[in-house]
Amino acid sequence: MTDGMNPFRPPAPSLRFIPVWRRNFLVWRKLALPSILGNLADPMIYMLGLGYGLGTLLPEVGGVPYIAFLAAGAVCFSTMNSATFEALYSAFSRMQVQKTWEAILNAPVALDDLLLGELIWAASKAALSGAAILAVAAALGLIASPLALWTLPLIFLTGLVFAALGLVMTALAPSYDFFMYYFTLLITPMTLLSGVFFPAAQLPAAFQMIAAVLPLSHAVQLTRPLFLGQIPAQAGLHIAVLAAYALAAFWLALALARRRLLK
Amino acid sequence: METLNVSGLVKSYGGAPVLAGLSFELRRGECYGLLGPNGAGKTTTLRCTLGLTAPDAGAIRLAGLPVPARAREARMRVGIVPQMDNLDPDFTAAENLLVYGRYFGLPDAAVRARIPHLLDFAGLGGRGEARINTLSGGMKRRLTLARALVNDPDLLFLDEPTTGLDPQARHLIWERLKQLLLQGKTVLLTTHFMDEAERLCHRLAIMDRGRFIAEGSPRDMIAAHIEPEVVEVYGEPGETSAAATNAATWAREEAAQFAKRVEVTGETAFCYLAESRPLLRHLAGRQGLRYLHRPANLEDVFLKLTGRELRD
Repeated sequence: MTDGMNPFRPPAPSLRFIPVWRRNFLVWRKLALPSILGNLADPMIYMLGLGYGLGTLLPEVGGVPYIAFLAAGAVCFSTMNSATFEALYSAFSRMQVQKTWEAILNAPVALDDLLLGELIWAASKAALSGAAILAVAAALGLIASPLALWTLPLIFLTGLVFAALGLVMTALAPSYDFFMYYFTLLITPMTLLSGVFFPAAQLPAAFQMIAAVLPLSHAVQLTRPLFLGQIPAQAGLHIAVLAAYALAAFWLALALARRRLLK
Repeated sequence: METLNVSGLVKSYGGAPVLAGLSFELRRGECYGLLGPNGAGKTTTLRCTLGLTAPDAGAIRLAGLPVPARAREARMRVGIVPQMDNLDPDFTAAENLLVYGRYFGLPDAAVRARIPHLLDFAGLGGRGEARINTLSGGMKRRLTLARALVNDPDLLFLDEPTTGLDPQARHLIWERLKQLLLQGKTVLLTTHFMDEAERLCHRLAIMDRGRFIAEGSPRDMIAAHIEPEVVEVYGEPGETSAAATNAATWAREEAAQFAKRVEVTGETAFCYLAESRPLLRHLAGRQGLRYLHRPANLEDVFLKLTGRELRD
Protein backbone atom coordinates (compact mmCIF):
# COMPACT_ATOMS: atom_id res chain seq x y z
CA MET A 1 0.00 0.00 0.00
CA THR A 2 1.37 3.41 -0.91
CA ASP A 3 1.93 6.04 1.72
CA GLY A 4 -0.73 8.29 0.24
CA MET A 5 -3.38 5.70 1.06
CA ASN A 6 -2.79 5.73 4.82
CA PRO A 7 -6.31 6.24 6.26
CA PHE A 8 -4.94 8.72 8.81
CA ARG A 9 -3.55 11.02 6.12
CA PRO A 10 -4.76 14.61 6.69
CA PRO A 11 -8.24 15.49 5.43
CA ALA A 12 -8.04 17.09 1.98
CA PRO A 13 -11.56 18.30 1.23
CA SER A 14 -12.58 20.51 -1.69
CA LEU A 15 -15.56 22.78 -2.33
CA ARG A 16 -17.42 19.69 -3.56
CA PHE A 17 -18.70 19.40 0.03
CA ILE A 18 -21.25 22.07 -0.92
CA PRO A 19 -23.44 19.88 -3.19
CA VAL A 20 -23.50 17.26 -0.43
CA TRP A 21 -24.74 19.89 2.04
CA ARG A 22 -27.28 21.08 -0.52
CA ARG A 23 -28.54 17.54 -1.08
CA ASN A 24 -29.35 17.17 2.62
CA PHE A 25 -30.80 20.67 2.75
CA LEU A 26 -33.16 19.86 -0.14
CA VAL A 27 -34.42 16.75 1.65
CA TRP A 28 -34.84 18.73 4.87
CA ARG A 29 -36.73 21.49 3.07
CA LYS A 30 -39.27 18.96 1.83
CA LEU A 31 -39.85 17.75 5.39
CA ALA A 32 -39.06 21.01 7.18
CA LEU A 33 -42.16 21.51 9.31
CA PRO A 34 -42.35 18.09 11.00
CA SER A 35 -38.57 18.14 11.32
CA ILE A 36 -38.48 21.51 13.11
CA LEU A 37 -41.35 20.54 15.39
CA GLY A 38 -39.66 17.25 16.22
CA ASN A 39 -36.40 19.00 16.96
CA LEU A 40 -38.01 21.58 19.18
CA ALA A 41 -40.53 19.54 21.12
CA ASP A 42 -38.07 17.60 23.25
CA PRO A 43 -35.87 20.46 24.52
CA MET A 44 -38.93 22.70 24.98
CA ILE A 45 -40.57 20.11 27.20
CA TYR A 46 -37.40 19.87 29.25
CA MET A 47 -36.98 23.61 29.50
CA LEU A 48 -40.56 24.53 30.28
CA GLY A 49 -41.45 21.42 32.28
CA LEU A 50 -38.35 21.39 34.45
CA GLY A 51 -37.98 25.15 34.42
CA TYR A 52 -41.45 26.00 35.66
CA GLY A 53 -42.20 22.72 37.45
CA LEU A 54 -38.96 22.25 39.32
CA GLY A 55 -38.33 25.98 39.36
CA THR A 56 -41.22 26.67 41.73
CA LEU A 57 -39.65 24.30 44.27
CA LEU A 58 -36.22 25.84 44.07
CA PRO A 59 -34.81 29.08 45.38
CA GLU A 60 -32.76 30.99 42.86
CA VAL A 61 -29.89 29.11 41.22
CA GLY A 62 -26.71 31.13 40.89
CA GLY A 63 -28.65 34.30 41.58
CA VAL A 64 -31.30 33.86 38.85
CA PRO A 65 -34.64 32.02 38.64
CA TYR A 66 -34.15 28.33 37.80
CA ILE A 67 -35.72 28.61 34.35
CA ALA A 68 -33.33 31.40 33.37
CA PHE A 69 -30.47 29.21 34.59
CA LEU A 70 -31.83 26.27 32.59
CA ALA A 71 -32.36 28.18 29.32
CA ALA A 72 -28.65 28.25 28.40
CA GLY A 73 -28.33 24.55 29.27
CA ALA A 74 -31.36 23.75 27.12
CA VAL A 75 -29.84 25.53 24.12
CA CYS A 76 -26.61 23.48 24.42
CA PHE A 77 -28.52 20.27 25.10
CA SER A 78 -30.77 20.80 22.09
CA THR A 79 -27.80 21.60 19.85
CA MET A 80 -25.96 18.49 21.00
CA ASN A 81 -28.97 16.24 20.48
CA SER A 82 -29.82 17.58 17.07
CA ALA A 83 -26.24 17.23 15.77
CA THR A 84 -25.93 13.79 17.31
CA PHE A 85 -29.14 12.41 15.82
CA GLU A 86 -28.31 13.76 12.38
CA ALA A 87 -24.73 12.42 12.40
CA LEU A 88 -25.80 9.04 13.77
CA TYR A 89 -29.15 7.91 12.44
CA SER A 90 -29.56 10.07 9.35
CA ALA A 91 -25.96 9.74 8.19
CA PHE A 92 -25.99 5.99 8.85
CA SER A 93 -29.13 5.66 6.69
CA ARG A 94 -27.41 7.49 3.88
CA MET A 95 -24.24 5.44 4.23
CA GLN A 96 -25.57 1.95 4.86
CA VAL A 97 -29.26 1.68 4.06
CA GLN A 98 -29.97 3.99 1.12
CA LYS A 99 -26.43 3.76 -0.30
CA THR A 100 -26.58 7.49 -0.97
CA TRP A 101 -22.89 7.83 -0.12
CA GLU A 102 -22.00 5.11 -2.61
CA ALA A 103 -23.78 7.03 -5.37
CA ILE A 104 -22.09 10.29 -4.41
CA LEU A 105 -18.63 8.69 -4.32
CA ASN A 106 -19.11 7.53 -7.92
CA ALA A 107 -19.30 11.21 -8.91
CA PRO A 108 -16.26 13.51 -8.66
CA VAL A 109 -16.73 13.88 -4.91
CA ALA A 110 -14.09 12.46 -2.57
CA LEU A 111 -14.94 10.86 0.76
CA ASP A 112 -13.26 13.88 2.40
CA ASP A 113 -15.75 16.20 0.67
CA LEU A 114 -18.68 13.94 1.47
CA LEU A 115 -17.87 13.74 5.17
CA LEU A 116 -17.22 17.46 5.45
CA GLY A 117 -20.60 18.09 3.79
CA GLU A 118 -22.27 15.78 6.32
CA LEU A 119 -20.42 17.46 9.21
CA ILE A 120 -21.39 20.98 8.24
CA TRP A 121 -24.93 19.89 7.45
CA ALA A 122 -25.45 18.29 10.87
CA ALA A 123 -23.94 21.37 12.54
CA SER A 124 -26.21 23.65 10.50
CA LYS A 125 -29.27 21.70 11.49
CA ALA A 126 -28.14 21.70 15.13
CA ALA A 127 -27.52 25.45 15.02
CA LEU A 128 -31.08 25.91 13.86
CA SER A 129 -32.39 23.87 16.80
CA GLY A 130 -30.26 25.79 19.27
CA ALA A 131 -31.25 29.12 17.76
CA ALA A 132 -34.93 28.21 17.98
CA ILE A 133 -34.61 27.52 21.71
CA LEU A 134 -32.72 30.78 22.04
CA ALA A 135 -35.59 32.60 20.35
CA VAL A 136 -38.15 30.98 22.64
CA ALA A 137 -36.05 31.85 25.71
CA ALA A 138 -35.81 35.45 24.50
CA ALA A 139 -39.57 35.58 23.92
CA LEU A 140 -40.12 34.38 27.49
CA GLY A 141 -37.89 37.15 28.76
CA LEU A 142 -35.24 34.74 30.07
CA ILE A 143 -32.33 36.51 28.41
CA ALA A 144 -30.66 39.41 30.10
CA SER A 145 -28.80 41.16 27.30
CA PRO A 146 -28.01 41.21 23.57
CA LEU A 147 -24.73 39.55 24.50
CA ALA A 148 -26.71 36.32 24.10
CA LEU A 149 -26.48 36.78 20.32
CA TRP A 150 -22.84 35.70 20.65
CA THR A 151 -24.15 32.24 21.42
CA LEU A 152 -25.16 31.83 17.74
CA PRO A 153 -21.61 31.14 16.49
CA LEU A 154 -20.97 29.09 19.63
CA ILE A 155 -24.01 26.97 18.89
CA PHE A 156 -22.62 26.25 15.42
CA LEU A 157 -19.24 25.30 16.91
CA THR A 158 -20.99 23.04 19.43
CA GLY A 159 -22.89 21.49 16.51
CA LEU A 160 -19.60 20.78 14.72
CA VAL A 161 -18.21 19.05 17.82
CA PHE A 162 -21.16 16.72 18.28
CA ALA A 163 -21.59 16.13 14.54
CA ALA A 164 -17.94 15.07 14.33
CA LEU A 165 -18.22 12.79 17.38
CA GLY A 166 -21.40 11.30 15.91
CA LEU A 167 -19.69 10.63 12.58
CA VAL A 168 -16.98 8.69 14.45
CA MET A 169 -19.71 6.42 15.82
CA THR A 170 -21.39 6.13 12.42
CA ALA A 171 -18.12 5.10 10.78
CA LEU A 172 -17.79 2.34 13.39
CA ALA A 173 -21.42 1.22 13.63
CA PRO A 174 -22.45 -2.22 12.36
CA SER A 175 -26.14 -1.29 12.79
CA TYR A 176 -28.47 1.26 14.37
CA ASP A 177 -28.43 -0.68 17.69
CA PHE A 178 -24.82 0.35 18.21
CA PHE A 179 -25.86 3.96 18.78
CA MET A 180 -27.65 3.03 22.01
CA TYR A 181 -24.26 2.48 23.67
CA TYR A 182 -23.17 5.94 22.62
CA PHE A 183 -26.24 7.49 24.21
CA THR A 184 -26.20 5.51 27.44
CA LEU A 185 -22.43 5.53 27.97
CA LEU A 186 -21.56 9.00 26.69
CA ILE A 187 -24.33 11.43 25.83
CA THR A 188 -26.58 10.89 28.87
CA PRO A 189 -23.80 10.97 31.52
CA MET A 190 -22.28 13.98 29.76
CA THR A 191 -25.60 15.80 29.94
CA LEU A 192 -25.81 15.19 33.68
CA LEU A 193 -22.18 16.15 34.37
CA SER A 194 -21.92 19.25 32.23
CA GLY A 195 -24.07 21.71 34.15
CA VAL A 196 -27.08 21.60 31.85
CA PHE A 197 -29.70 21.03 34.57
CA PHE A 198 -27.79 22.03 37.69
CA PRO A 199 -24.47 23.75 38.41
CA ALA A 200 -21.56 21.37 37.96
CA ALA A 201 -20.16 22.75 41.22
CA GLN A 202 -22.79 20.61 43.03
CA LEU A 203 -20.95 17.47 41.92
CA PRO A 204 -18.36 15.57 43.97
CA ALA A 205 -14.79 16.63 43.11
CA ALA A 206 -14.01 13.48 41.08
CA PHE A 207 -17.00 14.07 38.81
CA GLN A 208 -16.05 17.71 38.44
CA MET A 209 -12.67 16.62 37.10
CA ILE A 210 -14.35 14.42 34.52
CA ALA A 211 -16.79 17.18 33.67
CA ALA A 212 -13.91 19.58 33.02
CA VAL A 213 -12.84 17.64 29.92
CA LEU A 214 -16.32 17.07 28.46
CA PRO A 215 -17.11 19.22 25.43
CA LEU A 216 -20.68 19.93 26.54
CA SER A 217 -19.50 21.56 29.77
CA HIS A 218 -17.27 23.93 27.78
CA ALA A 219 -20.26 24.87 25.62
CA VAL A 220 -22.38 25.46 28.72
CA GLN A 221 -19.68 27.55 30.40
CA LEU A 222 -19.64 29.83 27.36
CA THR A 223 -23.39 30.05 26.82
CA ARG A 224 -24.68 30.56 30.36
CA PRO A 225 -22.79 33.80 31.18
CA LEU A 226 -23.79 35.24 27.80
CA PHE A 227 -27.45 34.55 28.60
CA LEU A 228 -27.03 36.32 31.93
CA GLY A 229 -25.34 39.32 30.33
CA GLN A 230 -21.76 38.49 31.38
CA ILE A 231 -18.56 37.91 29.42
CA PRO A 232 -17.57 34.24 29.93
CA ALA A 233 -14.40 33.64 31.93
CA GLN A 234 -11.64 31.89 29.97
CA ALA A 235 -13.66 32.17 26.75
CA GLY A 236 -10.56 31.57 24.61
CA LEU A 237 -9.78 28.32 26.40
CA HIS A 238 -13.35 26.99 26.04
CA ILE A 239 -13.46 27.88 22.36
CA ALA A 240 -10.07 26.26 21.77
CA VAL A 241 -11.17 23.05 23.51
CA LEU A 242 -14.35 22.88 21.40
CA ALA A 243 -12.43 23.55 18.18
CA ALA A 244 -9.88 20.88 19.09
CA TYR A 245 -12.66 18.36 19.75
CA ALA A 246 -14.30 19.14 16.41
CA LEU A 247 -11.05 18.88 14.46
CA ALA A 248 -9.75 15.72 16.13
CA ALA A 249 -13.10 13.93 15.94
CA PHE A 250 -13.57 14.85 12.29
CA TRP A 251 -10.11 13.57 11.43
CA LEU A 252 -10.78 10.32 13.27
CA ALA A 253 -14.21 9.93 11.66
CA LEU A 254 -12.66 10.42 8.22
CA ALA A 255 -9.90 7.88 8.90
CA LEU A 256 -12.45 5.31 10.09
CA ALA A 257 -14.74 6.02 7.14
CA ARG A 258 -11.83 5.62 4.72
CA ARG A 259 -10.98 2.30 6.31
CA ARG A 260 -14.59 1.18 6.07
CA LEU A 261 -15.60 2.45 2.63
CA LEU A 262 -12.43 2.71 0.53
CA LYS A 263 -11.06 -0.77 1.17
CA MET B 1 -8.87 11.35 -25.57
CA GLU B 2 -7.52 8.56 -23.41
CA THR B 3 -9.94 6.00 -22.02
CA LEU B 4 -8.79 3.48 -19.44
CA ASN B 5 -5.45 1.79 -19.17
CA VAL B 6 -4.72 -0.76 -16.46
CA SER B 7 -1.44 -2.57 -15.98
CA GLY B 8 -0.27 -5.09 -13.43
CA LEU B 9 -3.16 -4.57 -11.03
CA VAL B 10 -2.71 -6.50 -7.78
CA LYS B 11 -5.04 -6.44 -4.78
CA SER B 12 -5.50 -8.76 -1.85
CA TYR B 13 -7.78 -8.69 1.18
CA GLY B 14 -6.42 -10.17 4.39
CA GLY B 15 -3.76 -12.13 2.51
CA ALA B 16 -6.21 -13.60 -0.02
CA PRO B 17 -5.40 -12.41 -3.55
CA VAL B 18 -8.42 -10.91 -5.34
CA LEU B 19 -6.63 -9.39 -8.33
CA ALA B 20 -3.44 -11.14 -9.41
CA GLY B 21 -1.80 -8.92 -12.02
CA LEU B 22 -4.51 -7.60 -14.33
CA SER B 23 -3.70 -5.60 -17.48
CA PHE B 24 -6.10 -4.30 -20.09
CA GLU B 25 -6.94 -1.24 -22.11
CA LEU B 26 -10.17 0.13 -23.57
CA ARG B 27 -10.16 1.29 -27.18
CA ARG B 28 -12.05 4.44 -27.86
CA GLY B 29 -15.65 3.81 -28.86
CA GLU B 30 -15.71 0.12 -28.02
CA CYS B 31 -17.75 -1.89 -25.58
CA TYR B 32 -15.42 -4.00 -23.44
CA GLY B 33 -16.86 -6.77 -21.31
CA LEU B 34 -15.58 -8.22 -18.04
CA LEU B 35 -17.03 -11.70 -17.52
CA GLY B 36 -16.40 -14.06 -14.68
CA PRO B 37 -18.04 -16.16 -12.00
CA ASN B 38 -18.97 -14.59 -8.65
CA GLY B 39 -15.82 -13.66 -6.78
CA ALA B 40 -13.68 -13.47 -9.92
CA GLY B 41 -12.73 -9.86 -9.11
CA LYS B 42 -14.94 -7.89 -11.53
CA THR B 43 -16.33 -5.43 -9.01
CA THR B 44 -12.94 -4.97 -7.31
CA THR B 45 -11.48 -4.17 -10.73
CA LEU B 46 -14.15 -1.51 -11.29
CA ARG B 47 -13.59 -0.02 -7.82
CA CYS B 48 -9.84 0.20 -8.44
CA THR B 49 -10.26 1.87 -11.82
CA LEU B 50 -12.52 4.52 -10.23
CA GLY B 51 -10.11 5.20 -7.39
CA LEU B 52 -12.47 3.86 -4.71
CA THR B 53 -9.99 1.16 -3.72
CA ALA B 54 -6.23 1.54 -3.76
CA PRO B 55 -4.50 -1.41 -5.45
CA ASP B 56 -1.49 -3.02 -3.74
CA ALA B 57 0.46 -2.72 -6.98
CA GLY B 58 -0.09 -1.70 -10.58
CA ALA B 59 -0.84 1.46 -12.54
CA ILE B 60 -4.19 2.87 -13.65
CA ARG B 61 -4.86 5.78 -15.97
CA LEU B 62 -8.47 6.90 -16.31
CA ALA B 63 -9.35 9.60 -18.87
CA GLY B 64 -5.64 10.39 -19.05
CA LEU B 65 -5.14 10.86 -15.31
CA PRO B 66 -3.37 8.65 -12.76
CA VAL B 67 -5.72 6.86 -10.36
CA PRO B 68 -6.16 6.89 -7.38
CA ALA B 69 -3.97 10.04 -7.12
CA ARG B 70 -6.30 12.17 -9.29
CA ALA B 71 -9.41 10.01 -9.22
CA ARG B 72 -11.78 12.83 -8.25
CA GLU B 73 -10.83 14.73 -11.41
CA ALA B 74 -10.82 11.64 -13.62
CA ARG B 75 -14.39 10.76 -12.59
CA MET B 76 -15.57 14.03 -14.19
CA ARG B 77 -15.44 12.20 -17.55
CA VAL B 78 -17.06 8.94 -16.39
CA GLY B 79 -20.65 7.82 -15.90
CA ILE B 80 -21.37 4.89 -13.61
CA VAL B 81 -24.29 2.46 -13.40
CA PRO B 82 -23.72 0.50 -10.17
CA GLN B 83 -24.75 -3.08 -9.54
CA MET B 84 -27.36 -2.12 -6.92
CA ASP B 85 -29.68 0.80 -7.55
CA ASN B 86 -28.80 3.69 -5.25
CA LEU B 87 -31.18 6.37 -6.47
CA ASP B 88 -32.09 8.91 -3.83
CA PRO B 89 -35.45 7.78 -2.37
CA ASP B 90 -36.19 11.23 -0.92
CA PHE B 91 -36.32 12.81 -4.39
CA THR B 92 -38.35 12.64 -7.57
CA ALA B 93 -36.82 11.31 -10.79
CA ALA B 94 -35.99 14.84 -12.00
CA GLU B 95 -34.55 15.87 -8.62
CA ASN B 96 -32.31 12.81 -8.69
CA LEU B 97 -30.79 14.05 -11.95
CA LEU B 98 -30.52 17.66 -10.76
CA VAL B 99 -28.83 16.77 -7.47
CA TYR B 100 -26.47 14.33 -9.17
CA GLY B 101 -25.46 16.99 -11.69
CA ARG B 102 -24.43 19.24 -8.79
CA TYR B 103 -21.88 16.65 -7.68
CA PHE B 104 -20.16 17.32 -11.02
CA GLY B 105 -20.21 21.05 -10.39
CA LEU B 106 -22.79 21.56 -13.16
CA PRO B 107 -24.98 24.66 -12.84
CA ASP B 108 -28.64 23.93 -12.09
CA ALA B 109 -29.81 25.68 -15.26
CA ALA B 110 -27.60 23.48 -17.45
CA VAL B 111 -28.85 20.27 -15.82
CA ARG B 112 -32.50 21.41 -15.84
CA ALA B 113 -32.19 21.99 -19.59
CA ARG B 114 -30.92 18.42 -20.08
CA ILE B 115 -33.41 16.65 -17.81
CA PRO B 116 -36.22 16.23 -20.40
CA HIS B 117 -33.79 14.69 -22.92
CA LEU B 118 -32.29 12.39 -20.30
CA LEU B 119 -35.73 11.22 -19.18
CA ASP B 120 -36.82 10.67 -22.80
CA PHE B 121 -33.68 8.68 -23.50
CA ALA B 122 -34.46 6.48 -20.48
CA GLY B 123 -38.05 5.95 -21.68
CA LEU B 124 -39.28 8.01 -18.72
CA GLY B 125 -40.56 11.04 -20.63
CA GLY B 126 -43.11 12.91 -18.52
CA ARG B 127 -42.21 10.93 -15.38
CA GLY B 128 -39.95 13.63 -13.93
CA GLU B 129 -42.19 14.22 -10.92
CA ALA B 130 -42.50 10.52 -10.10
CA ARG B 131 -41.18 9.44 -6.71
CA ILE B 132 -38.54 6.71 -6.78
CA ASN B 133 -40.57 4.18 -4.81
CA THR B 134 -43.34 4.34 -7.44
CA LEU B 135 -40.98 3.22 -10.24
CA SER B 136 -40.60 -0.42 -11.34
CA GLY B 137 -37.22 -2.18 -11.24
CA GLY B 138 -36.72 -1.59 -14.96
CA MET B 139 -37.61 2.09 -14.66
CA LYS B 140 -35.16 2.53 -11.79
CA ARG B 141 -32.40 0.93 -13.83
CA ARG B 142 -33.17 3.24 -16.76
CA LEU B 143 -33.20 6.27 -14.47
CA THR B 144 -29.84 5.14 -13.09
CA LEU B 145 -28.56 5.03 -16.68
CA ALA B 146 -29.91 8.54 -17.26
CA ARG B 147 -28.21 9.69 -14.06
CA ALA B 148 -24.90 8.24 -15.32
CA LEU B 149 -25.28 10.41 -18.44
CA VAL B 150 -25.95 13.67 -16.60
CA ASN B 151 -22.34 14.85 -17.11
CA ASP B 152 -22.29 13.70 -20.77
CA PRO B 153 -19.40 11.31 -20.02
CA ASP B 154 -16.91 9.92 -22.54
CA LEU B 155 -16.70 6.68 -20.60
CA LEU B 156 -19.54 4.62 -19.21
CA PHE B 157 -19.01 1.89 -16.59
CA LEU B 158 -21.88 -0.53 -16.08
CA ASP B 159 -21.78 -3.18 -13.35
CA GLU B 160 -24.31 -5.91 -14.24
CA PRO B 161 -26.78 -3.41 -15.69
CA THR B 162 -29.56 -5.89 -16.54
CA THR B 163 -29.47 -8.27 -13.57
CA GLY B 164 -33.00 -8.80 -12.28
CA LEU B 165 -34.76 -7.18 -15.26
CA ASP B 166 -37.47 -8.71 -17.42
CA PRO B 167 -36.71 -9.37 -21.12
CA GLN B 168 -38.46 -6.19 -22.30
CA ALA B 169 -36.43 -4.03 -19.95
CA ARG B 170 -33.18 -5.81 -20.87
CA HIS B 171 -33.79 -5.25 -24.59
CA LEU B 172 -34.44 -1.57 -23.99
CA ILE B 173 -31.19 -1.18 -22.02
CA TRP B 174 -29.26 -2.98 -24.79
CA GLU B 175 -30.78 -0.78 -27.45
CA ARG B 176 -29.84 2.36 -25.48
CA LEU B 177 -26.30 1.13 -24.94
CA LYS B 178 -25.95 0.58 -28.67
CA GLN B 179 -27.10 4.14 -29.28
CA LEU B 180 -24.51 5.42 -26.81
CA LEU B 181 -21.79 3.42 -28.57
CA LEU B 182 -22.90 4.96 -31.87
CA GLN B 183 -22.50 8.39 -30.27
CA GLY B 184 -18.85 7.45 -29.68
CA LYS B 185 -18.93 6.64 -25.99
CA THR B 186 -16.61 3.97 -24.63
CA VAL B 187 -18.29 1.35 -22.45
CA LEU B 188 -16.94 -1.00 -19.80
CA LEU B 189 -19.50 -3.66 -18.89
CA THR B 190 -19.55 -6.47 -16.36
CA THR B 191 -22.19 -9.12 -16.78
CA HIS B 192 -23.19 -12.68 -15.99
CA PHE B 193 -25.27 -12.92 -19.16
CA MET B 194 -23.34 -14.38 -22.06
CA ASP B 195 -25.98 -13.41 -24.61
CA GLU B 196 -25.68 -9.82 -23.38
CA ALA B 197 -21.89 -9.88 -23.77
CA GLU B 198 -22.10 -11.54 -27.18
CA ARG B 199 -24.60 -8.93 -28.36
CA LEU B 200 -22.91 -5.79 -27.04
CA CYS B 201 -19.19 -6.35 -26.58
CA HIS B 202 -16.62 -5.71 -29.26
CA ARG B 203 -14.06 -7.32 -27.01
CA LEU B 204 -14.25 -9.06 -23.71
CA ALA B 205 -12.17 -10.75 -21.08
CA ILE B 206 -13.09 -13.82 -19.08
CA MET B 207 -11.79 -13.49 -15.51
CA ASP B 208 -11.35 -16.12 -12.90
CA ARG B 209 -9.61 -15.93 -9.52
CA GLY B 210 -8.30 -12.44 -10.16
CA ARG B 211 -6.72 -12.99 -13.56
CA PHE B 212 -7.73 -12.95 -17.21
CA ILE B 213 -7.94 -16.41 -18.68
CA ALA B 214 -9.01 -15.29 -22.16
CA GLU B 215 -9.45 -12.02 -24.01
CA GLY B 216 -10.73 -11.19 -27.51
CA SER B 217 -13.83 -10.61 -29.59
CA PRO B 218 -16.77 -12.97 -28.84
CA ARG B 219 -16.44 -14.57 -32.28
CA ASP B 220 -12.69 -15.10 -31.97
CA MET B 221 -13.07 -16.53 -28.48
CA ILE B 222 -15.61 -19.07 -29.71
CA ALA B 223 -13.38 -19.99 -32.64
CA ALA B 224 -10.28 -20.25 -30.49
CA HIS B 225 -11.56 -22.10 -27.44
CA ILE B 226 -14.31 -24.44 -28.48
CA GLU B 227 -15.62 -26.83 -31.12
CA PRO B 228 -18.05 -25.07 -33.47
CA GLU B 229 -21.13 -27.24 -32.83
CA VAL B 230 -22.93 -28.49 -29.76
CA VAL B 231 -25.47 -31.26 -29.37
CA GLU B 232 -27.28 -31.35 -26.02
CA VAL B 233 -28.75 -34.77 -25.26
CA TYR B 234 -31.55 -35.23 -22.67
CA GLY B 235 -33.67 -38.10 -21.47
CA GLU B 236 -37.32 -38.12 -22.62
CA PRO B 237 -39.58 -36.33 -20.16
CA GLY B 238 -42.05 -38.44 -18.21
CA GLU B 239 -39.61 -41.15 -17.15
CA THR B 240 -37.31 -38.91 -15.15
CA SER B 241 -35.18 -41.25 -13.10
CA ALA B 242 -34.74 -43.78 -15.87
CA ALA B 243 -34.17 -40.98 -18.37
CA ALA B 244 -31.39 -39.50 -16.25
CA THR B 245 -29.66 -42.82 -16.28
CA ASN B 246 -30.28 -43.01 -20.00
CA ALA B 247 -28.53 -39.76 -20.95
CA ALA B 248 -25.68 -40.37 -18.52
CA THR B 249 -25.28 -43.99 -19.50
CA TRP B 250 -25.42 -43.13 -23.16
CA ALA B 251 -22.78 -40.44 -22.63
CA ARG B 252 -20.50 -42.86 -20.80
CA GLU B 253 -20.89 -45.79 -23.15
CA GLU B 254 -21.56 -44.44 -26.62
CA ALA B 255 -20.88 -40.71 -26.93
CA ALA B 256 -17.13 -41.02 -27.31
CA GLN B 257 -17.34 -42.45 -30.83
CA PHE B 258 -19.11 -39.27 -32.08
CA ALA B 259 -17.78 -36.37 -30.00
CA LYS B 260 -14.25 -35.52 -28.85
CA ARG B 261 -15.51 -33.83 -25.72
CA VAL B 262 -18.63 -34.71 -23.69
CA GLU B 263 -19.73 -33.11 -20.42
CA VAL B 264 -22.56 -34.41 -18.27
CA THR B 265 -24.43 -32.17 -15.83
CA GLY B 266 -27.52 -33.53 -14.16
CA GLU B 267 -29.71 -35.07 -16.86
CA THR B 268 -28.00 -33.45 -19.82
CA ALA B 269 -24.99 -34.54 -21.86
CA PHE B 270 -23.26 -31.73 -23.79
CA CYS B 271 -21.38 -33.02 -26.86
CA TYR B 272 -18.89 -30.61 -28.44
CA LEU B 273 -17.92 -31.48 -31.98
CA ALA B 274 -16.70 -30.22 -35.34
CA GLU B 275 -18.85 -32.56 -37.43
CA SER B 276 -22.28 -33.36 -36.05
CA ARG B 277 -23.96 -35.41 -38.79
CA PRO B 278 -22.90 -38.91 -37.62
CA LEU B 279 -24.13 -38.15 -34.08
CA LEU B 280 -27.43 -36.72 -35.32
CA ARG B 281 -28.04 -39.83 -37.48
CA HIS B 282 -27.32 -42.02 -34.47
CA LEU B 283 -29.65 -40.04 -32.17
CA ALA B 284 -32.48 -40.01 -34.70
CA GLY B 285 -32.72 -43.76 -34.32
CA ARG B 286 -32.61 -43.85 -30.48
CA GLN B 287 -35.64 -44.29 -28.27
CA GLY B 288 -35.80 -42.36 -24.97
CA LEU B 289 -33.35 -39.59 -25.90
CA ARG B 290 -34.09 -36.07 -27.12
CA TYR B 291 -31.50 -33.62 -28.39
CA LEU B 292 -30.87 -30.00 -29.35
CA HIS B 293 -28.38 -29.14 -32.05
CA ARG B 294 -26.95 -25.59 -32.00
CA PRO B 295 -23.83 -23.58 -32.81
CA ALA B 296 -21.37 -23.12 -29.95
CA ASN B 297 -21.73 -19.85 -28.06
CA LEU B 298 -19.93 -17.75 -25.51
CA GLU B 299 -21.55 -19.59 -22.61
CA ASP B 300 -19.91 -22.82 -23.80
CA VAL B 301 -16.54 -21.04 -23.84
CA PHE B 302 -17.19 -19.58 -20.39
CA LEU B 303 -18.13 -22.93 -18.87
CA LYS B 304 -15.19 -24.67 -20.52
CA LEU B 305 -12.73 -22.10 -19.16
CA THR B 306 -14.16 -21.59 -15.68
CA GLY B 307 -15.66 -25.04 -15.04
CA ARG B 308 -19.17 -26.06 -14.08
CA GLU B 309 -18.83 -26.08 -10.29
CA LEU B 310 -20.86 -23.53 -8.35
CA ARG B 311 -19.05 -20.41 -7.14
CA ASP B 312 -20.34 -18.54 -4.15
